[in-house]
Amino acid sequence: MTTTSSSNVVLDINNLVVGLGRKADAHRIIDDLSLQVREGETLCLVGESGSGKSVTSLTTMGLLQKGTLVPSGGSVKLVGEELLTATDRRLRQLRATRMAMIFQEPMTALNPVVPVGRQIDEVLRAHTDLDSRARRRKILAMMEHVRLPDVERIFSSYPHRLSGGQRQRIMIAMALVLEPKLLIADEPTTALDVTTQKQILTLIRDLQRDHGTAVLFITHDMGVVAEIADRVAVMRHGRLVETGQLQDVLRNPTMEYTRNLLSAVPSLVPRAPRPETKEPVVLEANELSKVYRERSLYGKAREVAAASNVTLTLRKGRTLGIVGESGSGKSTVARCIVRLIDPTSGGVRLVGREISDLSRRLLQPHRQKIQIIFQDPYRSLNPRVTVGESIAEGPVNYGMPRKDALARARELLELVHLPPDAISRYPHQFSGGQRQRIAIARALALDPDVLVADEAVSALDVSVQAQVLNLLDEIQRRLGIALLFITHDLRVAAQICDDVAVMQRGRVVEQGPAAEVLTNPQQAYTRALLEAAPGRGWDFANFRPVSEGIVATA
Amino acid sequence: MLGYLLRRILAAVPVMGVVALFVFLLLRLTPGDPAAILAGDNATPEQLDRIRTSLGLNEPIYIQFYTWVAKLLHGDLGVSLISNKPILEMIGPRLEPSISVALATIVLSILVAVPLGVIAAWKHGTWIDRCVMGLSVLGFSVPVFVIGYVLIQVFAIDLRWVPVQGFKSISAGFGPFFERIILPTCTLSFIYVALIARMTRASMLDVLGEDYVRTARAKGIGETGVLLRHALRNAAVPVITVIGSGFALLISGVVVTESVFNLPGIGRLTVDAVLARDYPVIQAMILLTSGIYVAVNLLIDLAYTLLDPRIRY
Repeated sequence: MTTTSSSNVVLDINNLVVGLGRKADAHRIIDDLSLQVREGETLCLVGESGSGKSVTSLTTMGLLQKGTLVPSGGSVKLVGEELLTATDRRLRQLRATRMAMIFQEPMTALNPVVPVGRQIDEVLRAHTDLDSRARRRKILAMMEHVRLPDVERIFSSYPHRLSGGQRQRIMIAMALVLEPKLLIADEPTTALDVTTQKQILTLIRDLQRDHGTAVLFITHDMGVVAEIADRVAVMRHGRLVETGQLQDVLRNPTMEYTRNLLSAVPSLVPRAPRPETKEPVVLEANELSKVYRERSLYGKAREVAAASNVTLTLRKGRTLGIVGESGSGKSTVARCIVRLIDPTSGGVRLVGREISDLSRRLLQPHRQKIQIIFQDPYRSLNPRVTVGESIAEGPVNYGMPRKDALARARELLELVHLPPDAISRYPHQFSGGQRQRIAIARALALDPDVLVADEAVSALDVSVQAQVLNLLDEIQRRLGIALLFITHDLRVAAQICDDVAVMQRGRVVEQGPAAEVLTNPQQAYTRALLEAAPGRGWDFANFRPVSEGIVATA
Repeated sequence: MLGYLLRRILAAVPVMGVVALFVFLLLRLTPGDPAAILAGDNATPEQLDRIRTSLGLNEPIYIQFYTWVAKLLHGDLGVSLISNKPILEMIGPRLEPSISVALATIVLSILVAVPLGVIAAWKHGTWIDRCVMGLSVLGFSVPVFVIGYVLIQVFAIDLRWVPVQGFKSISAGFGPFFERIILPTCTLSFIYVALIARMTRASMLDVLGEDYVRTARAKGIGETGVLLRHALRNAAVPVITVIGSGFALLISGVVVTESVFNLPGIGRLTVDAVLARDYPVIQAMILLTSGIYVAVNLLIDLAYTLLDPRIRY
C-alpha cells in the first residue's frame, strides 16, 4: 500500500462532540474525536458496535436524526468548509457532489419500487442541468465503470432483480457519479459474500486511485482493514483510541485496546488438530437433499435444489463445520437435520435412530437430542418472555416440573457465565453477546447430544465472538457434546472445527479435517474462498504477516 | 398482466357463488314456509299457492337454486313483493345518488387523509402530529348521523349555503348536483379520513426509518422528493389495503347518510326493503353490495402490482 504524502486534507474533524439530546450534560456518543482524511487516501475507522463509527459518518453527511443525536462541539470541515453550521440547503448541495456515502445493506439501501437507473438519475437531476440523454449516457458509462454487466438491462431493472454485489455496485455508481471529493463507506462489504467482497474492495480501490477520492472506510473487520487501509483509526466508546499507518497499527499497536482487538481476530491458520477419537457417531446425514418446487399455474414447475446428496458424519465431542457462501445450502442442511424443514430425500440418523421419515409426533421425543442456535440473538428470543422461562420451556415441555426446570435454568446460566439473577430479566436487558449465551443455555437445557450453531457468532463483535467461541469449546469439553457449526467465516471455522465440509450450490465440494482442507485445499472453489478471505496475509493475533510467522517457526 | 387479471376474475366467481348460495338459502332456511313469509300475515291459501308455483317452491331445492341462478345471470333479480316492480328497474335510478356520494367520499378522503398522514409522520411527535391523531380519534368515535345533523344545522340551516336534503341528477347541471352531495360526502368522509390518515401515518413512519430513505437523503434530494417519491410510494400498499377494506364501512355509512339527507339511493332502498320484509329486494341488495365489494378488492389487488414491482402476478 502506498502512503499518500499529499497534504490536501479533504475531511478534517476536530474535537467533535455528539450528544444524545440537546442538554449540555447529555451522554456523549462521540467524545472529542479528531481525524483527517487526505486526498487519495483511505482511512479505515475501526471499532466494535456502539463505538460511534457510524455516528461519525452520519454527522459528516448531516444525516443524524434531528433532535436525537446533536453535535454540540468541535468542527467537521469538508475541503475547508464547515459542515456543522451549514444550512440544510447547503448540505443538500454538498451531498453527492462533494461527499457521498455507501451503506452496509445493499439489499435495503435502494428503493424497491424504483428502477435502479432512475435512482442514479435522481442524483443528476438534483445536482446538474444535463438533459435526459446526456444523463442517461453518463449513468450507463458510470455503470460500466463499476463493472456491471449488461448495463442497458440493469438500468431499467428493479433492485430485487439484482444480486447483493450488483446492488452495491449500483450504490457505488450512485455515490461516485458526480466525482465527490469524499466517499464515506459504512461497512459496505459486511453483508456480502467473501468473493463479492473482494471484488467490491478492489473496485473501491481502483476508483479511488483513478479519481483521487478520499475514502473514509468504516468497518469492524480487521481483514478488510488489512486489504484496503492506508491509515487506521481505532474508536471505542466514541473516543479515538489510536491512529496510525496501517503497518504501524497492525505490527505495533500502542494501546491495550487495539492489542486486544487484534488478538481477538481468529487466525485463518487452523488450530492444532485434536487427536482422532473412537467415540460413537451421533449424527449422520445420508445423501440428504432438499428440492423446492416453484409451482406455476400452468403446470410447468421449476425445481431448485437447495441441497443435494449431502453426506456428513459427526462423532460425540467433535465439531464439524459447514462453510460456504450465502445460498450454498448450509442453512438448508442444518434445518433439514434438525427437521425444522423436511428433507426431500435422504436420511438423517440421530444417535442411531433414523429421524428423517418420522412424523412430527413420533419425532417429538427425539427433538431434545438435537438443538439449534440461530444467528441473530436479537430476534431468536421471545422479547416478552423472561430469560428463565425461555430456558425452562423446553424441559417443561418434556415433563420436568417447573421448579426443577427453573433450577436447571439457573445452573445453565452459570455454565454460560451469566449471573443467576438473569433468570427473571428480559432479553432486551442484555447485550448481543449475552443474548447468544442465553440462546446457548436454552439449547443446552434439554441435554442434547448434538448442538447445531447456524452462524451463531456471525452477528457478534470479534471480542465477543472470541468469548462465545471459547464458551462453546469449554461446553463441548465439559459435556462431550457434538457441534455442527455452520459459518461463512473461514477464520471462525479454522479455530473451532475438527472437520469441515465446503458447500457450493447445494453440494458438498470438499470435506475433510479442517487442518487439511483449509491449508491444502484440493478443490478450486475452496481455494477461491480462501484466497478471497480478507487479510489472509496477516496473522493479526501475533501482530505480523503470516509469511513472517512461517519463517519464524521454520 | 392480462392473464393475472383473468385469473383474479375467475377467482372471484366462487366467492360470488358462495354469496349467491347464502342469499338463496336465506329465504329457504328461514323457519316457516317461504311463501307464507313472502305473502305476509293476511294471505289467502290461493295467494300462497300462486306464490309457491311462481317461485317454483314445489320443485326440489337444487332445481330451485339452478333456476334462480339462471335468472340472475340473465339479469332477472325478481320482482318486489311490495311494489310488484322488477327489482332491476327499482335499483337503476337509485344508483346515481349512491355512487356519486361514494366516489366523492373516496376522492375527498384520499385527498385530505393522505397529506394529513404524511405530514403527521414527517412531523412525528410534534403538535401537528398530535392534532392529526386527535382529529382521527374524533372521526372514529362520533357516529355518522351525529356528524350529518351537525353539518346540516351549521351549513344548511344556519348559514343557508346548501339545501338541507334531497338530490338532483348531474344531468340537471353540476351546481345543483354538487350542492346536494357535498354535505353527505363530508359526513361520510369523516370516518374514512380518520382511518386512512392513521394508516398513512403509521405506514410512513415505518418507511421513513428504512435505509433507502436515508440513501435518498444522502443523494442530496429535497425533503419533498424524499417524502413523495421514495417514502410515500413504498408506504402506499397498506394504505390502499385500508382504503379497500374501509369500503365496507362506506357501504354501511351510505345507508345512514342517505336516511339523514333523504337521498333516493340504494341505501334507502335497502332500509325500506328490510323494514317491509321485501325479501327479493333484500336478496338483490346483498348480491349487489357483495359484488361491489369483490370488485373493489380486485381493483386493490391490481393496484398492488402497479405500486410494487416485487409483487408478482
